[in-house]
Amino acid sequence: MALLTVKQLDVHYGAIHALKGLSLTVEAGQIVTLIGSNGAGKTTTLKTISSLLRPTSGDILFDGQSIVGRPTHELVRLGIAHAPEGRGIFANLTVDENLEMGAYVRRDKVGIAADRERALTLFPRLRERLTQSAGTLSGGEQQMLAIGRALLARPRLLLLDEPSLGLAPQVVRTIFDIIRDINASGTTILLVEQNAHMALGVAHFGYVLEVGQIVMADRAETLAKSDEVRKAYLGVG
Amino acid sequence: MAKLLQTLFDGVAVGSLYALIALGYTMVYGILQFINFAHSDIFMTGAWIAFVIAKAAGWAGGDTPIWASLVTLLGSMIFCGLLGFVIERLAYRPLRGAPRLNVLITAIGVSLFLENTGQLEVLFGTQPQRMPTLLSSEPLFRIGGVGLPLVDVVVVLVAVGLMLLLQWLVFSTRLGRAMRAVSFSIPVASLMGVNVDRVVSFTFVVGSALAAAAGFLYAMKYPGLNQPAHSTWILLGLKCFVAAVVGGIGNVRGAMLGGLLIGCVEMFGAAYLSTSLRDVYVFSILILVLLFKPTGLLGKATVEKV
Amino acid sequence: MGYLRAVSPFLGAIVLAFVMQFGVAPMFGAYYQKLLIDIGINIVLAVSLNLVNGFAGQFSIGHAAFMAVGGYAAGAITYYGSFHVFGDALVHHGQGDVLFLAATLVGGCVAAVAGWVVGLPSLRLKGDYLAIVTLGFGEIVRVLLQLTDDVMFKRADIEAASVGTLALALGGALGFGGLPFYTSIVWTYFFAFTLLVIAVRLKTSGEGRAFLSVRENEIAASAMGIDTTRYKVRAFVLAAFFAGIAGSLFAHEIGTTLNPRELGFQKSFDIVIMVVLGGMGSISGAVLAAIVLTLLPEFLREAASYRMIIYALLLISMMILRPQGLFGVREVWELYRRPKVSRPQVRPPGSLP
Repeated sequence: MALLTVKQLDVHYGAIHALKGLSLTVEAGQIVTLIGSNGAGKTTTLKTISSLLRPTSGDILFDGQSIVGRPTHELVRLGIAHAPEGRGIFANLTVDENLEMGAYVRRDKVGIAADRERALTLFPRLRERLTQSAGTLSGGEQQMLAIGRALLARPRLLLLDEPSLGLAPQVVRTIFDIIRDINASGTTILLVEQNAHMALGVAHFGYVLEVGQIVMADRAETLAKSDEVRKAYLGVG
Repeated sequence: MAKLLQTLFDGVAVGSLYALIALGYTMVYGILQFINFAHSDIFMTGAWIAFVIAKAAGWAGGDTPIWASLVTLLGSMIFCGLLGFVIERLAYRPLRGAPRLNVLITAIGVSLFLENTGQLEVLFGTQPQRMPTLLSSEPLFRIGGVGLPLVDVVVVLVAVGLMLLLQWLVFSTRLGRAMRAVSFSIPVASLMGVNVDRVVSFTFVVGSALAAAAGFLYAMKYPGLNQPAHSTWILLGLKCFVAAVVGGIGNVRGAMLGGLLIGCVEMFGAAYLSTSLRDVYVFSILILVLLFKPTGLLGKATVEKV
Repeated sequence: MGYLRAVSPFLGAIVLAFVMQFGVAPMFGAYYQKLLIDIGINIVLAVSLNLVNGFAGQFSIGHAAFMAVGGYAAGAITYYGSFHVFGDALVHHGQGDVLFLAATLVGGCVAAVAGWVVGLPSLRLKGDYLAIVTLGFGEIVRVLLQLTDDVMFKRADIEAASVGTLALALGGALGFGGLPFYTSIVWTYFFAFTLLVIAVRLKTSGEGRAFLSVRENEIAASAMGIDTTRYKVRAFVLAAFFAGIAGSLFAHEIGTTLNPRELGFQKSFDIVIMVVLGGMGSISGAVLAAIVLTLLPEFLREAASYRMIIYALLLISMMILRPQGLFGVREVWELYRRPKVSRPQVRPPGSLP
């Protein structure tokens, strides 16, 4: 059954029609990726799902119930974690405090400690810098922190916005390995990426977004082989 | 030597009051990036509520039990905490995300409202009043020939105690962490599950309660209370805001440092240079600090986003 | 032809000023004539501050200080000058008006210099910090004026005193009493209309667009090759000049006393409120707000002690219900058009900036 269903979503920024009747489905347990060029509306989609933006029309169902209009912080309690674009870590907090912010809505001390341990095992670099101010981390480390923090929310659905943005190829590969690990341990992931090659490599299913509309939707491996995608997003052909 | 010590005591006492008020300015600025001009009126209200409580209870004179002061202090803090909550809810929350000048003018409107409502005869009236003595001004003990009255000791102890409490709240609790997260980014904090509205409300309650405490202590130290709309209240508030800016606005420790610094500069300037120029020293320090370190003493430089 | 184009608006200002005096004012009684002058002075203050806050987007909340600087400078010249020329400080029409005009222009220039001095820190400071510096500057001016010596009122003393002594004998905390009452409707509206002409020209010229671009996005403006600092300082100087003129008008008005207390931050706030209420950058909005806010307290006078409470509540509800001010950046005559400079004023709740 679908964990997340987006139906006919319309979003406006002032006079700009950013999403035009967008629909997509994320099946439980899968990695679904949303690829597209800059300005296609990928980030807008994620922001609308987590209620940072309000749609003008359409519906969003999480686990069968509509979540449109519910405040962002309540969605976190329902199990939606969103690692925003530009990393969005708290530069004025320490690395450890950032991780604790991830578990803000949780009360189960034991579970939190276990998940913290898991995040630090996935990203050993963070363990070395726990007491450091998060603003002093490098770009790659900040991305690790953002993902690690999202894990501490123990989400059922993780929204990842451009995890590869501005990172060295080496680091990108590590990050994507970890995304696969996270999924393997039961978290459903909606991944927004410009790096279509990497994204289609890890995802089960993919959507291609162009100027606010879904233009293609298929299994990830099928998309990766399709001529249009290869030409437009993989730089092949 | 005696004069030096006396001035130092005065500077620290007044400076810790300034710091208490400065904390309210700095916390609100840290989270919502606006200058809450009405904060000085919360301070004023705190002093006047203390007066009303003490008057109603009939407390006066040096033999008043110490718990009377405590009741007055807490009563004033609770009242102003609620007032801060209501003000944020009704006047500031509808303007979240509006241009800053609008919020500033709303704050000025709230300030005018509090002053003039306070002047109504059913409330505090238009006449200055004298705060009853709850704490003895007899010297408690002497250091270097200078008598230290109970009032000054209480002022400093209560102020420092509250600041330590706030320090603990902001840096060692879950709520404090949420406050700092919200001050960094409201949307990202809400993505962590933080109920931003609740954190903002809480910030106003705490800041207002601290201002009320400062109002009580101020009335203890300087019992002649000016009428609510008198400009001394706003001027005092402005000095505390200056303290917050000098220390680095948005920075809790900076507000404490700035408060003490401004208090001492004012008292030493008044004692050794000229009393009538005391406000000039304060504002000159402000301009000097801003010109050489535009983000204040403990403030971090931030790059303006494109 | 170009010469005529340059001068004609100012001739128009003179004509309009006389129309106000002899056409409009006689319709009202003395009380309302004073209100007309108050309105005119507030128009000068609001429109000039609009150059800084509305056009250049700089955040000044110390405008009353420039008013004070100009008012005191001009007042000292007419008062002590009158003693030197006429032997007393009464109104002497003709020659005295010339003295008043000269004093007012000097007052404006002194205020402009002060504006330049305060405008310079805007090289380093942004937004709220600049606001705080202007506020601090205003307070320093106020305190220093409170410390000046008593006004001299004996001709012999004044003639014997040096310029320096006279410049410090400005009345202190009691205010500078005894100034001759030169401010008339003609003078007030001459300056008001002149400023309006300058402001409108500035807004519609290339330079005005440069100003507005600094306000909208300083970084982008500087990337376009606009010397943002120069524009900001220029806006400050021009605004301070006219605030100084308003100060002189205020100083020589019947029924007012030039007093440091009246020209403190509260007066500055009043002016800022006019600008924001009118709509930042809207000249006609500032004019209208100046009129409304001068008259409003008069209408509310009936409400006695509730007057300021009602005023405060109106202010708060106005900011909540109409955050862009009466007109936004537009002018009255543009209301039916779409705004030229549009930007979302209010972010959707919770959106990432």
